[in-house]
Amino acid sequence: MAMKFEKVNEGNYHLDVTGYVCPHPQIYTKKALERIEPGDVLQVIFDNPSSGESISTMCENTGDEIVDKKKEGGQFIWSIEKC
Amino acid sequence: MTENAVNKGERKNRFWAFFVLGFFALVSITTFAYNEYYIYLSIYLWFGLIYGLALQYGRFCFSSAFRDLFAVGVARMAVGITIAIVLFALVASLVTAQGLSTFHPAPSGIHAVIAGVIFGMGMVIAGGCASGSLYKTGEGNMNALIVVFSISVSQALFVDVGGWANNLVPESWHHSAIAKGLPASINVGDGWMDQYLAGYVWNHPVTTFAKMLGWDNSSALGAIVGNFFLGVLVPSALLLAVVYFVWSRKAFVRKRVKAGQEKMTMLDEVKGYWAMLSASKRTAIAGLVIGVAAGLHMLVLQGARVKFGVKNAGALLERMGFDYGISVNGTVFDPGYWYVTTQEAQWVGWLLQKTTGANYMDNVFFGYVNGIPNPAINPADWMSLATIGGAAIMALLYGEFKFKKPTLELATWAIIGGTLMGIGARLALGCNIGAFFIRVANGDPSGWLFGIGMVPGAYIAVKFFNWWTERKMAKQGFGL
Repeated sequence: MAMKFEKVNEGNYHLDVTGYVCPHPQIYTKKALERIEPGDVLQVIFDNPSSGESISTMCENTGDEIVDKKKEGGQFIWSIEKC
Repeated sequence: MTENAVNKGERKNRFWAFFVLGFFALVSITTFAYNEYYIYLSIYLWFGLIYGLALQYGRFCFSSAFRDLFAVGVARMAVGITIAIVLFALVASLVTAQGLSTFHPAPSGIHAVIAGVIFGMGMVIAGGCASGSLYKTGEGNMNALIVVFSISVSQALFVDVGGWANNLVPESWHHSAIAKGLPASINVGDGWMDQYLAGYVWNHPVTTFAKMLGWDNSSALGAIVGNFFLGVLVPSALLLAVVYFVWSRKAFVRKRVKAGQEKMTMLDEVKGYWAMLSASKRTAIAGLVIGVAAGLHMLVLQGARVKFGVKNAGALLERMGFDYGISVNGTVFDPGYWYVTTQEAQWVGWLLQKTTGANYMDNVFFGYVNGIPNPAINPADWMSLATIGGAAIMALLYGEFKFKKPTLELATWAIIGGTLMGIGARLALGCNIGAFFIRVANGDPSGWLFGIGMVPGAYIAVKFFNWWTERKMAKQGFGL
Protein backbone atom coordinates (compact mmCIF):
# COMPACT_ATOMS: atom_id res chain seq x y z
CA MET A 1 0.00 0.00 0.00
CA ALA A 2 1.30 3.43 -0.91
CA MET A 3 1.82 6.19 1.62
CA LYS A 4 -1.15 8.55 1.94
CA PHE A 5 -0.98 11.99 3.55
CA GLU A 6 -4.03 14.24 3.46
CA LYS A 7 -5.79 17.08 5.22
CA VAL A 8 -9.07 15.74 6.65
CA ASN A 9 -10.42 19.13 7.78
CA GLU A 10 -9.09 22.32 9.38
CA GLY A 11 -6.44 21.30 11.93
CA ASN A 12 -6.72 17.58 11.28
CA TYR A 13 -4.38 15.54 9.09
CA HIS A 14 -4.18 11.87 8.26
CA LEU A 15 -1.03 9.87 7.46
CA ASP A 16 -1.38 6.23 6.44
CA VAL A 17 1.89 4.32 6.28
CA THR A 18 0.42 0.85 6.73
CA GLY A 19 2.64 -1.82 5.22
CA TYR A 20 5.77 0.29 5.50
CA VAL A 21 8.75 -0.94 7.48
CA CYS A 22 11.55 1.03 9.17
CA PRO A 23 12.59 3.73 8.66
CA HIS A 24 9.69 4.94 6.50
CA PRO A 25 6.88 5.35 9.10
CA GLN A 26 9.01 7.49 11.43
CA ILE A 27 10.50 9.58 8.60
CA TYR A 28 7.06 10.22 7.08
CA THR A 29 5.67 11.10 10.52
CA LYS A 30 8.51 13.57 11.09
CA LYS A 31 7.98 15.15 7.69
CA ALA A 32 4.20 15.30 8.13
CA LEU A 33 4.63 17.04 11.50
CA GLU A 34 6.97 19.56 9.84
CA ARG A 35 4.16 20.41 7.42
CA ILE A 36 1.36 21.13 9.90
CA GLU A 37 0.80 24.03 12.30
CA PRO A 38 1.15 24.00 16.13
CA GLY A 39 -2.13 22.77 17.62
CA ASP A 40 -2.97 20.69 14.57
CA VAL A 41 -3.52 16.97 15.07
CA LEU A 42 -1.92 14.31 12.92
CA GLN A 43 -3.42 10.84 12.91
CA VAL A 44 -0.80 8.24 11.96
CA ILE A 45 -1.71 4.69 10.98
CA PHE A 46 1.14 2.18 10.86
CA ASP A 47 1.73 -1.53 11.46
CA ASN A 48 5.46 -1.70 12.05
CA PRO A 49 5.83 -2.11 15.85
CA SER A 50 9.42 -0.83 16.07
CA SER A 51 8.46 2.44 14.35
CA GLY A 52 6.13 3.14 17.28
CA GLU A 53 9.08 3.23 19.67
CA SER A 54 10.90 5.74 17.45
CA ILE A 55 7.82 7.94 16.92
CA SER A 56 7.09 7.95 20.64
CA THR A 57 10.64 9.04 21.56
CA MET A 58 10.73 11.56 18.72
CA CYS A 59 7.56 13.23 20.08
CA GLU A 60 8.98 13.23 23.59
CA ASN A 61 12.07 15.02 22.27
CA THR A 62 10.21 17.60 20.21
CA GLY A 63 7.40 18.19 22.70
CA ASP A 64 4.67 17.03 20.32
CA GLU A 65 2.03 15.18 22.31
CA ILE A 66 0.63 11.76 21.49
CA VAL A 67 -2.97 12.35 22.57
CA ASP A 68 -4.40 8.99 21.60
CA LYS A 69 -3.01 5.50 21.00
CA LYS A 70 -5.09 2.65 19.62
CA LYS A 71 -4.05 -0.87 18.59
CA GLU A 72 -6.28 -2.96 16.36
CA GLY A 73 -5.18 -6.34 14.97
CA GLY A 74 -1.49 -5.49 14.63
CA GLN A 75 -2.28 -1.95 13.41
CA PHE A 76 -1.43 1.17 15.41
CA ILE A 77 -3.53 4.34 15.20
CA TRP A 78 -1.92 7.27 16.98
CA SER A 79 -3.02 10.90 17.17
CA ILE A 80 -0.24 13.46 17.63
CA GLU A 81 -0.84 17.10 18.52
CA LYS A 82 1.93 19.34 17.28
CA CYS A 83 3.35 21.67 19.93
CA MET B 1 -13.69 -5.23 16.74
CA THR B 2 -15.97 -6.75 19.40
CA GLU B 3 -14.55 -7.93 22.74
CA ASN B 4 -15.38 -11.50 21.75
CA ALA B 5 -13.40 -11.23 18.54
CA VAL B 6 -10.44 -9.70 20.42
CA ASN B 7 -10.48 -12.54 22.99
CA LYS B 8 -10.72 -15.11 20.22
CA GLY B 9 -7.78 -13.46 18.44
CA GLU B 10 -5.73 -13.43 21.65
CA ARG B 11 -6.48 -17.11 22.31
CA LYS B 12 -5.49 -17.98 18.77
CA ASN B 13 -2.24 -16.02 19.14
CA ARG B 14 -1.44 -17.74 22.43
CA PHE B 15 -2.09 -21.13 20.85
CA TRP B 16 0.37 -20.41 18.03
CA ALA B 17 2.96 -19.01 20.46
CA PHE B 18 2.88 -22.22 22.49
CA PHE B 19 2.81 -24.27 19.30
CA VAL B 20 6.11 -22.70 18.18
CA LEU B 21 7.61 -23.19 21.64
CA GLY B 22 6.37 -26.80 21.70
CA PHE B 23 7.86 -27.44 18.28
CA PHE B 24 11.34 -26.38 19.39
CA ALA B 25 10.99 -28.38 22.61
CA LEU B 26 9.98 -31.43 20.59
CA VAL B 27 12.96 -30.98 18.24
CA SER B 28 15.33 -30.79 21.20
CA ILE B 29 13.87 -33.77 23.06
CA THR B 30 13.49 -36.13 20.09
CA THR B 31 16.91 -35.38 18.60
CA PHE B 32 18.56 -35.79 22.03
CA ALA B 33 16.78 -39.12 22.49
CA TYR B 34 18.15 -40.18 19.09
CA ASN B 35 21.73 -39.05 19.74
CA GLU B 36 23.11 -37.08 22.69
CA TYR B 37 25.35 -34.99 20.41
CA TYR B 38 22.25 -33.11 19.29
CA ILE B 39 22.33 -31.29 22.62
CA TYR B 40 25.15 -29.25 21.06
CA LEU B 41 22.79 -28.05 18.33
CA SER B 42 20.04 -27.50 20.88
CA ILE B 43 22.28 -25.13 22.84
CA TYR B 44 22.43 -22.94 19.77
CA LEU B 45 18.68 -23.36 19.33
CA TRP B 46 17.68 -22.23 22.81
CA PHE B 47 20.08 -19.29 22.89
CA GLY B 48 18.75 -18.35 19.45
CA LEU B 49 15.23 -18.45 20.88
CA ILE B 50 16.25 -16.17 23.76
CA TYR B 51 17.81 -13.72 21.27
CA GLY B 52 14.58 -13.75 19.24
CA LEU B 53 12.40 -13.14 22.30
CA ALA B 54 14.61 -10.27 23.50
CA LEU B 55 15.10 -8.70 20.07
CA GLN B 56 11.35 -8.52 19.46
CA TYR B 57 10.54 -7.40 23.01
CA GLY B 58 12.99 -4.49 22.81
CA ARG B 59 12.51 -3.93 19.03
CA PHE B 60 16.25 -4.31 19.13
CA CYS B 61 17.69 -3.26 15.81
CA PHE B 62 21.23 -2.06 15.12
CA SER B 63 20.04 -0.30 11.99
CA SER B 64 17.71 1.76 14.13
CA ALA B 65 20.57 2.66 16.49
CA PHE B 66 22.58 4.34 13.76
CA ARG B 67 19.73 5.47 11.52
CA ASP B 68 17.27 7.01 14.00
CA LEU B 69 19.94 9.37 15.32
CA PHE B 70 20.28 10.92 11.86
CA ALA B 71 16.73 10.37 10.60
CA VAL B 72 14.57 11.48 13.52
CA GLY B 73 17.04 12.48 16.24
CA VAL B 74 16.10 9.51 18.44
CA ALA B 75 18.88 8.04 20.57
CA ARG B 76 16.82 5.28 22.21
CA MET B 77 18.27 2.34 20.30
CA ALA B 78 21.85 3.65 20.23
CA VAL B 79 21.62 3.79 24.02
CA GLY B 80 19.99 0.34 24.32
CA ILE B 81 22.58 -1.32 22.15
CA THR B 82 25.45 0.32 24.00
CA ILE B 83 23.98 -0.95 27.28
CA ALA B 84 23.78 -4.45 25.78
CA ILE B 85 27.39 -4.24 24.59
CA VAL B 86 28.62 -3.17 28.04
CA LEU B 87 26.66 -5.92 29.81
CA PHE B 88 27.77 -8.55 27.34
CA ALA B 89 31.35 -7.31 27.64
CA LEU B 90 31.19 -7.63 31.42
CA VAL B 91 29.96 -11.25 31.26
CA ALA B 92 32.36 -12.04 28.39
CA SER B 93 35.35 -10.65 30.30
CA LEU B 94 34.52 -12.85 33.31
CA VAL B 95 34.23 -15.89 31.02
CA THR B 96 37.51 -14.94 29.29
CA ALA B 97 39.28 -14.49 32.63
CA GLN B 98 38.32 -18.08 33.46
CA GLY B 99 39.97 -19.22 30.22
CA LEU B 100 36.62 -20.44 28.86
CA SER B 101 36.00 -17.97 26.05
CA THR B 102 35.15 -19.23 22.57
CA PHE B 103 35.97 -15.85 21.03
CA HIS B 104 38.61 -15.36 18.32
CA PRO B 105 39.50 -11.78 17.32
CA ALA B 106 39.47 -10.82 13.65
CA PRO B 107 42.18 -9.08 11.63
CA SER B 108 42.07 -5.31 12.19
CA GLY B 109 42.48 -2.98 9.22
CA ILE B 110 40.89 -0.37 6.99
CA HIS B 111 38.88 -3.15 5.30
CA ALA B 112 36.71 -3.36 8.44
CA VAL B 113 35.82 0.35 8.10
CA ILE B 114 35.03 0.05 4.37
CA ALA B 115 32.94 -3.05 5.02
CA GLY B 116 31.13 -1.11 7.76
CA VAL B 117 30.24 1.69 5.34
CA ILE B 118 28.75 -0.79 2.86
CA PHE B 119 26.94 -2.73 5.58
CA GLY B 120 25.69 0.50 7.20
CA MET B 121 24.17 1.71 3.94
CA GLY B 122 22.64 -1.71 3.36
CA MET B 123 20.98 -2.02 6.76
CA VAL B 124 19.30 1.38 6.50
CA ILE B 125 18.11 0.79 2.94
CA ALA B 126 16.83 -2.70 3.81
CA GLY B 127 14.94 -1.41 6.84
CA GLY B 128 16.79 -3.57 9.35
CA CYS B 129 20.15 -5.10 10.19
CA ALA B 130 20.95 -8.80 9.89
CA SER B 131 19.59 -9.72 13.34
CA GLY B 132 16.75 -7.19 13.03
CA SER B 133 15.59 -8.83 9.81
CA LEU B 134 15.41 -12.20 11.56
CA TYR B 135 13.22 -10.90 14.39
CA LYS B 136 11.03 -8.92 12.01
CA THR B 137 10.53 -12.07 9.93
CA GLY B 138 9.23 -13.60 13.15
CA GLU B 139 6.71 -10.75 13.39
CA GLY B 140 5.29 -11.90 10.05
CA ASN B 141 7.06 -9.21 8.06
CA MET B 142 7.71 -10.80 4.66
CA ASN B 143 9.76 -7.82 3.60
CA ALA B 144 12.28 -8.78 6.28
CA LEU B 145 12.26 -12.33 4.90
CA ILE B 146 13.30 -10.91 1.51
CA VAL B 147 16.15 -9.13 3.30
CA VAL B 148 17.22 -12.44 4.88
CA PHE B 149 17.13 -14.13 1.46
CA SER B 150 19.08 -11.27 -0.15
CA ILE B 151 21.78 -11.42 2.54
CA SER B 152 21.97 -15.20 2.13
CA VAL B 153 22.15 -15.31 -1.67
CA SER B 154 24.50 -12.33 -2.09
CA GLN B 155 26.99 -13.80 0.37
CA ALA B 156 26.98 -17.26 -1.19
CA LEU B 157 27.56 -15.80 -4.66
CA PHE B 158 30.08 -13.19 -3.49
CA VAL B 159 32.39 -15.67 -1.74
CA ASP B 160 32.62 -17.78 -4.89
CA VAL B 161 32.95 -15.06 -7.53
CA GLY B 162 35.89 -15.67 -9.86
CA GLY B 163 36.48 -15.30 -13.59
CA TRP B 164 36.33 -11.60 -14.51
CA ALA B 165 36.60 -10.62 -10.84
CA ASN B 166 40.11 -12.12 -10.73
CA ASN B 167 41.21 -9.15 -12.86
CA LEU B 168 40.35 -6.86 -9.94
CA VAL B 169 42.73 -8.65 -7.60
CA PRO B 170 46.02 -6.80 -6.96
CA GLU B 171 49.11 -8.83 -7.86
CA SER B 172 50.38 -8.61 -4.26
CA TRP B 173 47.18 -10.25 -2.91
CA HIS B 174 47.52 -13.06 -5.43
CA HIS B 175 51.12 -13.86 -4.53
CA SER B 176 50.46 -13.55 -0.82
CA ALA B 177 47.44 -15.88 -1.08
CA ILE B 178 49.42 -18.50 -3.02
CA ALA B 179 52.25 -18.27 -0.46
CA LYS B 180 49.86 -19.36 2.32
CA GLY B 181 50.10 -22.93 0.97
CA LEU B 182 46.41 -23.77 1.33
CA PRO B 183 45.19 -27.21 0.17
CA ALA B 184 44.91 -27.59 -3.62
CA SER B 185 41.12 -28.21 -3.36
CA ILE B 186 40.63 -24.57 -2.31
CA ASN B 187 42.31 -23.23 -5.44
CA VAL B 188 43.17 -20.04 -3.56
CA GLY B 189 44.67 -18.28 -6.60
CA ASP B 190 41.24 -18.20 -8.22
CA GLY B 191 38.40 -16.05 -6.84
CA TRP B 192 38.24 -12.48 -5.60
CA MET B 193 37.22 -13.27 -2.03
CA ASP B 194 39.80 -16.05 -1.64
CA GLN B 195 42.63 -13.72 -2.58
CA TYR B 196 41.13 -10.86 -0.54
CA LEU B 197 41.03 -13.11 2.54
CA ALA B 198 44.24 -15.12 2.20
CA GLY B 199 46.28 -12.45 0.40
CA TYR B 200 45.12 -9.30 2.21
CA VAL B 201 42.92 -9.68 5.32
CA TRP B 202 44.93 -12.47 6.94
CA ASN B 203 48.06 -10.31 6.74
CA HIS B 204 46.55 -7.84 9.20
CA PRO B 205 47.19 -7.97 12.94
CA VAL B 206 44.82 -9.97 15.11
CA THR B 207 44.69 -8.37 18.52
CA THR B 208 42.66 -7.26 21.53
CA PHE B 209 42.92 -4.23 23.81
CA ALA B 210 44.53 -6.50 26.44
CA LYS B 211 47.21 -7.67 24.01
CA MET B 212 47.89 -4.11 22.83
CA LEU B 213 48.59 -3.17 26.44
CA GLY B 214 50.94 -6.12 26.81
CA TRP B 215 48.62 -8.18 29.03
CA ASP B 216 47.60 -11.80 28.64
CA ASN B 217 44.13 -11.84 27.08
CA SER B 218 42.78 -14.48 29.45
CA SER B 219 44.25 -13.01 32.62
CA ALA B 220 41.96 -11.10 34.97
CA LEU B 221 43.95 -7.91 34.26
CA GLY B 222 43.80 -8.35 30.49
CA ALA B 223 40.17 -9.48 30.25
CA ILE B 224 38.61 -7.19 32.84
CA VAL B 225 40.81 -4.07 32.82
CA GLY B 226 42.14 -4.22 29.24
CA ASN B 227 39.24 -5.60 27.24
CA PHE B 228 36.23 -4.65 29.37
CA PHE B 229 37.18 -1.42 31.12
CA LEU B 230 39.47 0.25 28.58
CA GLY B 231 38.19 -1.47 25.43
CA VAL B 232 34.45 -1.24 26.09
CA LEU B 233 33.30 0.68 29.17
CA VAL B 234 35.35 3.85 28.69
CA PRO B 235 34.70 4.24 24.92
CA SER B 236 31.00 3.37 25.43
CA ALA B 237 30.61 6.01 28.17
CA LEU B 238 32.31 8.59 25.95
CA LEU B 239 30.20 7.61 22.97
CA LEU B 240 27.03 7.97 25.05
CA ALA B 241 28.25 11.37 26.26
CA VAL B 242 28.48 12.47 22.60
CA VAL B 243 24.98 11.09 21.96
CA TYR B 244 23.72 12.97 25.04
CA PHE B 245 25.21 16.33 24.08
CA VAL B 246 24.32 16.13 20.37
CA TRP B 247 20.87 14.51 20.52
CA SER B 248 19.35 13.94 23.97
CA ARG B 249 20.32 17.01 26.01
CA LYS B 250 18.13 19.39 24.04
CA ALA B 251 14.93 17.55 25.02
CA PHE B 252 16.05 17.31 28.66
CA VAL B 253 16.77 21.05 28.82
CA ARG B 254 13.46 21.89 27.09
CA LYS B 255 11.52 19.91 29.71
CA ARG B 256 13.37 21.71 32.51
CA VAL B 257 12.71 25.10 30.98
CA LYS B 258 9.03 24.19 30.75
CA ALA B 259 9.13 23.38 34.47
CA GLY B 260 10.74 26.77 35.17
CA GLN B 261 14.30 25.51 35.78
CA GLU B 262 16.58 27.18 33.28
CA LYS B 263 20.07 26.81 34.77
CA MET B 264 21.89 23.50 34.16
CA THR B 265 24.38 22.50 36.85
CA MET B 266 26.88 19.64 36.57
CA LEU B 267 24.54 17.49 38.66
CA ASP B 268 21.70 18.29 36.24
CA GLU B 269 23.88 17.13 33.35
CA VAL B 270 24.45 13.83 35.15
CA LYS B 271 20.70 13.56 35.72
CA GLY B 272 20.11 14.24 32.02
CA TYR B 273 22.67 11.56 31.08
CA TRP B 274 20.94 9.09 33.40
CA ALA B 275 17.51 10.05 32.04
CA MET B 276 18.81 9.18 28.57
CA LEU B 277 20.10 5.78 29.78
CA SER B 278 16.85 4.90 31.49
CA ALA B 279 14.48 6.41 28.89
CA SER B 280 13.32 3.16 27.37
CA LYS B 281 12.94 0.38 29.90
CA ARG B 282 11.89 -2.06 27.21
CA THR B 283 15.08 -1.56 25.22
CA ALA B 284 17.23 -1.62 28.36
CA ILE B 285 15.64 -4.89 29.54
CA ALA B 286 16.25 -6.42 26.10
CA GLY B 287 19.84 -5.16 26.26
CA LEU B 288 20.28 -6.78 29.67
CA VAL B 289 18.87 -10.14 28.54
CA ILE B 290 20.87 -10.17 25.29
CA GLY B 291 24.06 -9.10 27.02
CA VAL B 292 23.86 -11.77 29.71
CA ALA B 293 22.62 -14.48 27.31
CA ALA B 294 25.40 -13.79 24.80
CA GLY B 295 28.00 -14.18 27.55
CA LEU B 296 26.45 -17.37 28.92
CA HIS B 297 26.16 -18.74 25.38
CA MET B 298 29.97 -18.73 25.11
CA LEU B 299 30.33 -20.42 28.49
CA VAL B 300 27.77 -23.17 27.85
CA LEU B 301 29.12 -23.91 24.36
CA GLN B 302 32.65 -24.20 25.69
CA GLY B 303 31.35 -26.56 28.38
CA ALA B 304 29.75 -28.74 25.69
CA ARG B 305 33.00 -28.79 23.73
CA VAL B 306 34.92 -29.92 26.79
CA LYS B 307 32.29 -32.56 27.57
CA PHE B 308 32.38 -34.03 24.07
CA GLY B 309 36.14 -33.53 23.62
CA VAL B 310 35.83 -31.47 20.43
CA LYS B 311 36.90 -28.03 19.30
CA ASN B 312 34.37 -27.72 16.51
CA ALA B 313 30.95 -29.17 15.65
CA GLY B 314 32.42 -30.69 12.47
CA ALA B 315 33.84 -33.54 14.59
CA LEU B 316 30.43 -34.17 16.17
CA LEU B 317 28.67 -34.18 12.79
CA GLU B 318 31.19 -36.72 11.51
CA ARG B 319 30.66 -38.88 14.58
CA MET B 320 26.93 -38.75 13.83
CA GLY B 321 27.61 -39.93 10.29
CA PHE B 322 27.21 -36.59 8.47
CA ASP B 323 30.27 -35.94 6.34
CA TYR B 324 28.74 -33.91 3.52
CA GLY B 325 29.80 -30.29 3.31
CA ILE B 326 32.47 -30.46 6.01
CA SER B 327 35.48 -28.24 5.29
CA VAL B 328 38.89 -29.55 4.30
CA ASN B 329 39.97 -28.87 7.91
CA GLY B 330 37.16 -31.07 9.25
CA THR B 331 35.26 -28.03 10.51
CA VAL B 332 31.85 -26.45 10.01
CA PHE B 333 30.72 -23.01 11.08
CA ASP B 334 30.57 -23.21 14.87
CA PRO B 335 31.37 -19.77 16.29
CA GLY B 336 30.58 -20.65 19.89
CA TYR B 337 28.59 -17.46 20.26
CA TRP B 338 25.89 -15.37 18.58
CA TYR B 339 26.31 -14.98 14.84
CA VAL B 340 23.89 -14.35 12.00
CA THR B 341 25.20 -14.08 8.47
CA THR B 342 27.61 -16.97 7.87
CA GLN B 343 24.92 -19.59 8.39
CA GLU B 344 22.69 -17.66 5.97
CA ALA B 345 25.37 -17.97 3.29
CA GLN B 346 25.83 -21.65 4.10
CA TRP B 347 22.33 -22.83 3.38
CA VAL B 348 22.41 -21.14 -0.03
CA GLY B 349 25.87 -22.60 -0.75
CA TRP B 350 24.53 -26.04 0.20
CA LEU B 351 21.43 -25.56 -1.95
CA LEU B 352 23.40 -24.32 -4.97
CA GLN B 353 25.88 -27.18 -4.80
CA LYS B 354 23.07 -29.73 -4.40
CA THR B 355 20.90 -28.37 -7.21
CA THR B 356 23.42 -27.13 -9.78
CA GLY B 357 26.19 -29.67 -9.15
CA ALA B 358 28.72 -26.80 -9.17
CA ASN B 359 31.53 -26.97 -6.63
CA TYR B 360 30.97 -24.43 -3.84
CA MET B 361 33.71 -25.91 -1.65
CA ASP B 362 36.64 -24.65 -3.74
CA ASN B 363 36.85 -21.38 -1.83
CA VAL B 364 38.26 -20.30 1.52
CA PHE B 365 34.95 -19.27 3.09
CA PHE B 366 33.08 -22.54 2.55
CA GLY B 367 35.77 -25.09 1.68
CA TYR B 368 38.53 -24.12 4.11
CA VAL B 369 36.65 -22.70 7.10
CA ASN B 370 32.87 -23.02 7.38
CA GLY B 371 31.72 -25.86 5.14
CA ILE B 372 28.22 -26.22 3.74
CA PRO B 373 26.55 -28.87 5.88
CA ASN B 374 22.90 -29.75 5.38
CA PRO B 375 20.95 -26.84 6.99
CA ALA B 376 18.90 -29.41 8.93
CA ILE B 377 22.00 -30.31 11.00
CA ASN B 378 23.84 -26.97 10.84
CA PRO B 379 24.15 -25.73 14.46
CA ALA B 380 24.11 -22.03 13.54
CA ASP B 381 21.05 -22.51 11.30
CA TRP B 382 19.23 -23.95 14.31
CA MET B 383 20.09 -20.71 16.11
CA SER B 384 18.75 -18.48 13.32
CA LEU B 385 15.51 -20.44 12.91
CA ALA B 386 14.97 -20.31 16.66
CA THR B 387 15.61 -16.55 16.63
CA ILE B 388 12.77 -16.17 14.13
CA GLY B 389 10.66 -18.51 16.26
CA GLY B 390 11.43 -16.65 19.49
CA ALA B 391 10.45 -13.35 17.89
CA ALA B 392 7.24 -14.94 16.60
CA ILE B 393 6.37 -16.16 20.12
CA MET B 394 6.88 -12.70 21.61
CA ALA B 395 5.00 -10.94 18.79
CA LEU B 396 2.08 -13.39 19.11
CA LEU B 397 1.88 -12.94 22.88
CA TYR B 398 1.88 -9.13 22.57
CA GLY B 399 -0.61 -9.10 19.68
CA GLU B 400 2.01 -7.69 17.30
CA PHE B 401 2.23 -10.58 14.88
CA LYS B 402 0.90 -9.52 11.52
CA PHE B 403 1.52 -11.21 8.21
CA LYS B 404 2.69 -8.39 5.94
CA LYS B 405 3.08 -8.81 2.20
CA PRO B 406 5.90 -6.77 0.69
CA THR B 407 5.15 -4.01 -1.78
CA LEU B 408 7.25 -3.55 -4.91
CA GLU B 409 8.90 -0.44 -3.43
CA LEU B 410 9.85 -2.13 -0.17
CA ALA B 411 10.92 -5.36 -1.87
CA THR B 412 13.29 -3.32 -4.05
CA TRP B 413 14.86 -1.70 -0.97
CA ALA B 414 15.02 -5.11 0.71
CA ILE B 415 16.93 -6.67 -2.20
CA ILE B 416 19.34 -3.73 -2.62
CA GLY B 417 19.90 -3.34 1.13
CA GLY B 418 20.18 -7.08 1.74
CA THR B 419 22.75 -7.44 -1.04
CA LEU B 420 24.85 -4.58 0.34
CA MET B 421 24.68 -6.16 3.80
CA GLY B 422 25.71 -9.53 2.37
CA ILE B 423 28.75 -8.01 0.66
CA GLY B 424 29.66 -5.88 3.69
CA ALA B 425 29.32 -8.86 6.01
CA ARG B 426 31.70 -10.98 3.97
CA LEU B 427 34.26 -8.18 3.62
CA ALA B 428 34.20 -7.71 7.41
CA LEU B 429 33.92 -11.42 8.21
CA GLY B 430 30.64 -10.76 10.01
CA CYS B 431 27.58 -8.55 10.36
CA ASN B 432 26.30 -6.14 13.01
CA ILE B 433 26.41 -9.08 15.45
CA GLY B 434 29.53 -11.07 14.48
CA ALA B 435 31.67 -8.16 13.29
CA PHE B 436 30.41 -5.46 15.66
CA PHE B 437 28.50 -6.54 18.77
CA ILE B 438 30.54 -9.66 19.55
CA ARG B 439 33.94 -8.17 18.63
CA VAL B 440 33.49 -4.87 20.43
CA ALA B 441 32.28 -6.65 23.57
CA ASN B 442 35.29 -8.98 23.53
CA GLY B 443 37.86 -6.21 23.29
CA ASP B 444 38.63 -6.67 19.59
CA PRO B 445 39.45 -3.27 18.00
CA SER B 446 38.23 -4.50 14.58
CA GLY B 447 34.68 -4.36 16.03
CA TRP B 448 35.01 -0.62 16.69
CA LEU B 449 36.48 -0.16 13.17
CA PHE B 450 33.39 -1.83 11.66
CA GLY B 451 31.16 0.36 13.86
CA ILE B 452 32.99 3.51 12.79
CA GLY B 453 32.30 2.53 9.17
CA MET B 454 28.60 1.93 9.82
CA VAL B 455 28.12 5.58 10.93
CA PRO B 456 28.81 7.26 7.53
CA GLY B 457 27.13 4.33 5.76
CA ALA B 458 23.92 4.87 7.72
CA TYR B 459 24.19 8.65 7.30
CA ILE B 460 24.44 8.42 3.50
CA ALA B 461 21.43 6.08 3.33
CA VAL B 462 19.37 8.35 5.63
CA LYS B 463 20.17 11.33 3.39
CA PHE B 464 18.95 9.29 0.44
CA PHE B 465 15.69 8.35 2.18
CA ASN B 466 15.16 11.96 3.25
CA TRP B 467 15.33 12.96 -0.40
CA TRP B 468 13.06 10.07 -1.39
CA THR B 469 10.35 10.82 1.20
CA GLU B 470 10.44 14.58 0.42
CA ARG B 471 9.80 13.65 -3.20
CA LYS B 472 6.83 11.45 -2.27
CA MET B 473 5.36 14.10 0.04
CA ALA B 474 5.66 16.68 -2.73
CA LYS B 475 3.83 14.35 -5.10
CA GLN B 476 0.83 14.43 -2.72
CA GLY B 477 0.83 18.21 -2.75
CA PHE B 478 2.79 18.72 0.48
CA GLY B 479 6.14 19.91 -0.81
CA LEU B 480 8.14 22.25 1.42
